[in-house]
Amino acid sequence: MPKTLSPSKLIPAGTLYRGREGQWSWVAHRITGVVIFFFLLVHVLDTSLVRVSPEAYDAVIGAYKNPIMGLGELGLVAAIVFHAFNGIRVILVDFWKQGPKYHRQMLWGVLGLWALVMIAFSIRHLSHVFGG
Amino acid sequence: MATPTIETPRSGRMTPGYSRTTTSRGNFEMIAWLFMRLSGAILVVLIFVHLYVNLVAGDGISGIDFGFVAGKWANPTWQIWDLAMLWLAMLHGTNGIRVIINDYAEKNSTRMWLKGVLYTATVVIVVLGTLVIFTFDPCPVINGVPHVADYCPAA
Repeated sequence: MPKTLSPSKLIPAGTLYRGREGQWSWVAHRITGVVIFFFLLVHVLDTSLVRVSPEAYDAVIGAYKNPIMGLGELGLVAAIVFHAFNGIRVILVDFWKQGPKYHRQMLWGVLGLWALVMIAFSIRHLSHVFGG
Repeated sequence: MATPTIETPRSGRMTPGYSRTTTSRGNFEMIAWLFMRLSGAILVVLIFVHLYVNLVAGDGISGIDFGFVAGKWANPTWQIWDLAMLWLAMLHGTNGIRVIINDYAEKNSTRMWLKGVLYTATVVIVVLGTLVIFTFDPCPVINGVPHVADYCPAA
């Protein structure tokens, strides 16, 4: 007897997406967005300690100054800068007539600018974190 | 005899029976889509300046303490700046997470629960942040002990 599948058990095979620049930038945009959102929740809470006492705020901000957190901040800024530049690319894809045609080239532009900004920021930030 | 007029397809007039949507959600999703692009463009400016002033200029993160915050919020421009950043970033982020929940949570009840938690967190954080910006006291007196700083009146 041939095997039959009920419609509810049918799982679509494959996907329309091709897994190239367009889809990977979309994946990276989602992941960085989620990371930034959760940091934002924590960041409002830590800043809110200024209403508890100056000591409470300084204690928690002190934690942000240790080297491991310093590297975490580098990762956070990397996520923000990518999300920002890629977001501008998304706006250009949506609103600029030539946007969809050049979306790949724009992604390389995003990554190039991101690398430049991150090299400059890393030097500055790591010297603040490790320079004492 | 008059010639019957045939409307061009999608000319805006549809027999109600052919309408695909049964609910009246209006154009909320289009407004949300537009909001993401508008708020995103503004947030790039707000957050890049925020990161520059707090992490790059001066002593960077080493220079951040209670006095640094007090110095910034003594200026109404930074209060408005941070308020705009708080509201726009929270709404932008909440809408982003809402879209992600809608994409990946397949069960109706799971979606509702996740979005309930999300919206609760959003309201709590936005209200808390707004209150902190506007009720900030650079020279608080805690348990009768006044905060000591060069910008505070001597006790």
